[in-house]
Amino acid sequence: MMVVYALYGVAVLLALAPIAVMLAASPRATGIVYGASLVVTLMQGVIALMSLIDQPTSTATLPLGLPWLGAHFRIDALAAFFLVVVNLGGAAASLYALGYGRHEESPQRVLPFYPAYLAAMNLVVMAEDAFSFLVAWEFMSLTSWALVIAHHRDAENVRAGYVYLLMASFGTLALLLGFGLLAGSDGNYAFAAMRASHPSAALAALVLILTMIGAGSKAGVVPLHAWLPLAHPAAPSQVSALMSGVMTKVAVYGFVRIVFDLLGPPDWWWSMVVLGVGGITAVMGVLYALMQHDLKRLLAYHTVENIGIIFIGLGLALAFKANGMALAAALALTAALFHVFNHSVFKSLLFFGAGSVLSATGERDMEHLGGLIHRMPQTAFVFLVGCVAISALPPLNGFVSEWLTFQAILLSPQLPSWGLKFLVPAVGALLALSAALAAACFVKAFGVSFLGRARTLAAAKAQETDSNSLAAMYFLAALCLVAGVLPGLFIDALAPVAQALVGDTMPHQSGLAWLTIVPIAESRSSYNGLLVFIFVVLSGSIAAFAIHRLASDRLRRAPAWDCGYPDASPATQYTASSFAQPIRRVYGTSVFRAREIGEMPPPGATAPARLTVELRDLIWDGLYAPVASFVGFATDRLNILQFLTIRRYLTLVFAALVLLLLVLAI
Amino acid sequence: MHSLNFDIAHMLAGSLVLVSFMQLYQDRLYALLNIFALHALVLAASVAWQAFIQDAPHLYVTAAIALIFKAIVIPIALHRIIVRLGIHREIETVVGVGPAMLLGMGLVALSMVVMLRVTAQADPLAREDLAFALSVVLLGLLMMVTRRNAVSQVIGFMSLENGLVLAATGAKGMPLVVEISVAFSVLIAFIVIGIFLFRIRERFDTVDLQALDKFRGERE
Amino acid sequence: MSFVRDYAFQGTQMLLVLLLSPLLTGFVRKVKARLLRRKGPPLLQPYRDLIRLMRKDVVLAESASWLFRVIPYIVFAGTWVAASLVPTFRGGLLFSWSADLIAIIALIGSARFFLALAGLDVGTSFGGIGSSREVMIASLAEPAMLMIVFTLALVAGSTQLSTVAAYMLSSGVGLRVSLGLALLALIMVAIAENTRIPIDNPATHLELTMVHEAMVLEYSGRHLALIDLSSELKLLLYVSLIGCLFTPWGIAGPDAGPAVIAVGVASYLGKLAAGGVLLAVFETAIAKMRVFRVPAFLGAALMLGLLATLLLFVSGSL
Repeated sequence: MMVVYALYGVAVLLALAPIAVMLAASPRATGIVYGASLVVTLMQGVIALMSLIDQPTSTATLPLGLPWLGAHFRIDALAAFFLVVVNLGGAAASLYALGYGRHEESPQRVLPFYPAYLAAMNLVVMAEDAFSFLVAWEFMSLTSWALVIAHHRDAENVRAGYVYLLMASFGTLALLLGFGLLAGSDGNYAFAAMRASHPSAALAALVLILTMIGAGSKAGVVPLHAWLPLAHPAAPSQVSALMSGVMTKVAVYGFVRIVFDLLGPPDWWWSMVVLGVGGITAVMGVLYALMQHDLKRLLAYHTVENIGIIFIGLGLALAFKANGMALAAALALTAALFHVFNHSVFKSLLFFGAGSVLSATGERDMEHLGGLIHRMPQTAFVFLVGCVAISALPPLNGFVSEWLTFQAILLSPQLPSWGLKFLVPAVGALLALSAALAAACFVKAFGVSFLGRARTLAAAKAQETDSNSLAAMYFLAALCLVAGVLPGLFIDALAPVAQALVGDTMPHQSGLAWLTIVPIAESRSSYNGLLVFIFVVLSGSIAAFAIHRLASDRLRRAPAWDCGYPDASPATQYTASSFAQPIRRVYGTSVFRAREIGEMPPPGATAPARLTVELRDLIWDGLYAPVASFVGFATDRLNILQFLTIRRYLTLVFAALVLLLLVLAI
Repeated sequence: MHSLNFDIAHMLAGSLVLVSFMQLYQDRLYALLNIFALHALVLAASVAWQAFIQDAPHLYVTAAIALIFKAIVIPIALHRIIVRLGIHREIETVVGVGPAMLLGMGLVALSMVVMLRVTAQADPLAREDLAFALSVVLLGLLMMVTRRNAVSQVIGFMSLENGLVLAATGAKGMPLVVEISVAFSVLIAFIVIGIFLFRIRERFDTVDLQALDKFRGERE
Repeated sequence: MSFVRDYAFQGTQMLLVLLLSPLLTGFVRKVKARLLRRKGPPLLQPYRDLIRLMRKDVVLAESASWLFRVIPYIVFAGTWVAASLVPTFRGGLLFSWSADLIAIIALIGSARFFLALAGLDVGTSFGGIGSSREVMIASLAEPAMLMIVFTLALVAGSTQLSTVAAYMLSSGVGLRVSLGLALLALIMVAIAENTRIPIDNPATHLELTMVHEAMVLEYSGRHLALIDLSSELKLLLYVSLIGCLFTPWGIAGPDAGPAVIAVGVASYLGKLAAGGVLLAVFETAIAKMRVFRVPAFLGAALMLGLLATLLLFVSGSL
C-alpha cells in the first residue's frame, strides 16, 4: 500500500514539470513549483519513514514499460531508508529554493526539470526490476544534466554538462551490462528473479566490477570522479545540494542493492576491492578539496571524500559478511548508512550556505570574500554548524558515523584473510588522515570566506539571506545536532535494513541508560553524545559564570597588531592559497606535482612580484586525457567511412554478407 | 602466556627494526655511522639476551664480537676513511624520505606475511623473531638500493648481515664457526671496498655512483 | 552511597586537573631555568599570571567578531571535559563510558578547530600563519594519535580509557613490541600537540617562528587567561594519559580505601613531576626544527603507530 502512495507522489511531481513549463513566465511560478515540491517530498518522506519503522514490504506492478515485464516497484527496508534520505534532501532543497529561486534569472530553464529530477530519484530507489531502474536512472541523469547547463551562457558550464553527460552515459552502460549479466540468458529482469538465481563466481566478480564502475562513477569514486567537481558547482545551488547530497546517495543505493542484495553471498576478495577504492577516494577527495579556492568546487570535491568513507564502511561490511561475522557486518553497514544520512544533511546545509553567499555577493571564489560573519551573521552561524559537523567533531553527527566506522575497523583483526590483515590497518590510517585533513579544509573554507576582513567591495556590501533559505538551513543544522546527541534512534531505525542485508542487527540501543550507544558490548566501547554535549555546555557555562564573577568585564576596541606598521589593506590577510600552502607543500608536491614559482622584480623596479602556483591533476592527465585523445584519433580514422565511393560502400555490404555466411557455415 | 623472557627478546628485535628505519632516513654521513653503531649495540644486546635465556655461553662471544667489531671498530675506521677520502658528507638518495619509509613499511609487512605463513608449524615466538630478522635484512637491502653514496651502501650491507646474525641466534643454536666466517667475510668485503673506494676516488675525484655510471658509458 | 562517592570522585578529578595544570607548567619552566643555570620564575607564577590576566581589560581588534569572543570558552570547555575523563589517581571514573579515547581525541580536535578559526578571525597575516601551520601539524598528529588508539584498543580489547588502564595494570599485558612503538609515537604526538620544542617554541616572541602563539596573538585579558589555562590543561592531559596508559602503577581501583587513594594521589604527583623533568630536559637538549621538517617528524610518529597496529593485526601476541 505504501508504495502505491509513493507512486502517486511521484506522479504529482512528474505532473508539476509541464505545469512549470506553462507557468514559467509568471512571477509566481517559483513559489508554486517549489512549494508544491516541498509538500509532496514531505509527504513522501513521511510515507518512507512509516515504511521504515513498522510497515512490511509493499510491492506494486504497473502496466508500463516492457510488455512481458511491466514495471515493478517495491519499498523494503533499504528502499525506505534511502527514500527518507532522498525526500529529506528534496524537501530541504525545495524550502531553500523558495527563497533562493527568486534570484534565478532564467527560471524557465530550471523550474520544469526540478520536480522531474526529484521524481526520477524517487523512482530509482523504488524500482524493483532492471528496466525501470535503468530508465529512472537515465531520467535522473538527463534532468540533472539539463539543470547543470541551465546557465548555458557560461562556457564552463557547457563543458561541465558535456563531461557529465559522457560520464553518466558511460556509467549507465556499465550498469546495463551488469544487469544483463545478472538477468542471464533467459532475460529475467525482475529483481526477485535475480535474487533467486545465484550467479557463478566469475560472473559475480564481473558484475561487481561493472557495478563499481557504473554506480561508483555516479557516486564519485576515484578515478571516475572527474565530472563531479565540474558539474556540481555549475548547477544552481539548490540543485548542487541535491546532486551532492542526494544523487550520490542514490548511486550508493544502487551499489548496495546490487552487491548486497542481488549478487548473493560475497566472495572473500570483493571487500578488498571496495576497501581499497574507498580508502584512496577518501584521501584523494580531501586533498583535491584542500587545493581549491572556489567554494562550491571545494564542497564538491569533499563529497568525493565522504563517498570514500561510505565505501570503506561498505567494504568492511562485505568482508564481515563474507566471513560469516554477521554482527560486525551489521555494525559496518549501519556506520556506512548512518554516514549516508549525515552526509546528505550537512552537505546540503553547506551548499545552501554557499548558495546564499553566491546570491549575496555574486562571488564563488573565496579569495574575493571575507568578513561575511559581520554582514551575514545567521548564514555564518549555520555554515559553521555544517563545518563542525562535516569535520567529525563531537557532539555533532559527523563524529558518530566516523566513530562507528572506527569501531568496525577495530573488529577486523578477527578476519582470517591475509590480504585484509594488511589492507584494513592501511585503510584505517587513510581514514584517520582524511578526517584530519577534512577539518583543515573546513577551517580554510569557513575562515577565509566568513572571517577576517572583506577582500572586495562585493563582500563588504553583502546582505543577509531571506528567511526561507535560512529556515531550511536552520532545520538542517538542528538535524545535525539531533543526530549527534540522539544517535541511538537512528541506529535502531537502521536495524531492519541491516537485518535484511546481512542477517543480523546491532544491539538494541533505545533501552540503554542515558541514551548511550553501545555498538558491540558495553565492556568494549560506548559513546554518549547527549552527555558529552551537556558536559561541554556545562563546562562552558561554569567558565563563563566564574569569569563573569571574578574577572574584569571591561572591553575596548583597538586596531589589530601589525608589528608597528600602519594598517595594511585587507589584501594582506591570508588567502585560501596561502592557508593551504603548508599542506600543499607536504602532500601536494607528490600528489599534484605542486610547484610554486615566485618572481621578484630587481630592487628599484616598480613591477609587482608574482607568485604562481601550478597544480596538475594527475588522474586527468593519466586517465582521461589519453582516453579522450585515443577516441579522437579513432574517430578521425573512422571518419574515412563517410567519404567512400559507391563502389566501396557496395564492397562493405558484400563483405559483411560473406562474413555472416561464413559464420553460419562454421 | 607472555613470558617476560620472550617479551624482552621481542622488544630487542623490534628495536633493531626501528633502528634500521632510523638508518633509512639519515641524510648525514656521520649521523649514519652513529646510528649504525647503535644498530650493532642493539644487536649485541639481543644476542647477549638470547645467550642468557637459551643458556648458550658461546653466544656471549658472538655478542662481544658484534659489540667490539661492529659497534666500535668499524664505525671508527669508516669515520677515518671518510675524513681521508674527503667524501661528500651528505647522502643523496634515489627516492625521497617519505617514499623510502613507506617502502620500508611495505617490506616489514611482506616479511611478516612470508615468515608467518611459511613457518606455520613452528614455535610462534621464534617465528616472530625470524620475521623481524627478515625485516632487518630487507631494510638493509633497501638502504643499499636507494643510496648513491658508496659508504652508505657498505653500511647497508653490514646491517643486512646484522639481520642474518639475529636470525641465526634466535633459532636456537649456531656454532661459532659460522660467526667467524661471517665476520671474516665482512672484514674482507670491507677491505676490498675500502681499496676500491680509494682507487675510484683517486681516478674520478668522486664516489657518487651516478657519476661513475657516466664514465662506464652505459648511461647517456 | 557508592553513587555519591563516585560523583564526588569525578568532581574532585575535574577540580584537581584544573588546579594542578598551572603548577605543572610552572614546574617545567622552573626546571628548564635551572638547567640553564638561571633561577627561573617562582613555581606559582602561572597562577599569578592567570589572575593578573583576568583583572585586565580585553582589547579587541576592530575586525574581531562575536565568534572571537566565544571561542575561548568553547576551547576551555572542550579541553576541560577531555581532561576530566583521563584517570589520574583513581580509575573507574563515573562518566568514562560516555566518551572513550577516540571521543577524547576528537574533543581536543574540536578545541583546536575553533582555535584555528580564531587565528583567522581578525584578518591579519600573523593569525593566518599560526592557523595554517597548526592545521598542517594537526593533519599528521591526529592520524598518528588515532593509530596509537587503535594499537591500545587492539591490545586491551576496548577503547574505553578506564578499561584500558585497568588492563594495563593487570598482569596479562607483558612487554609488547607494539606497546613500545605506541609509547614512542605517543610521546612524539604529545610534544607536537602541546606545541613544545622541537615543534614550536612556547616562549618565543618572534611572530614568524610561532605556531600556537600566532593563533592567539590578538587575545588579551580574561580571554587570554582562558586560552592559557586550556593549553596548560592540555599538557596535563597528555602527561596523565601517558602516565595512566604506560606507567599505571599506583592508580587506585574503583573500590579502594582511603589509604590506597592517598598512594594513588602521591604516585600521580610523582608521575607529573617525572614527566615535567623529562620534558624540561628534552626541551633544553634539542633545538627547534624548521617548520617543514615537522612533517618528517610527525610522519615518523604516524609510521610507528601504523607499524604497531599492523603488528597487532598480523599476530595477536606482538
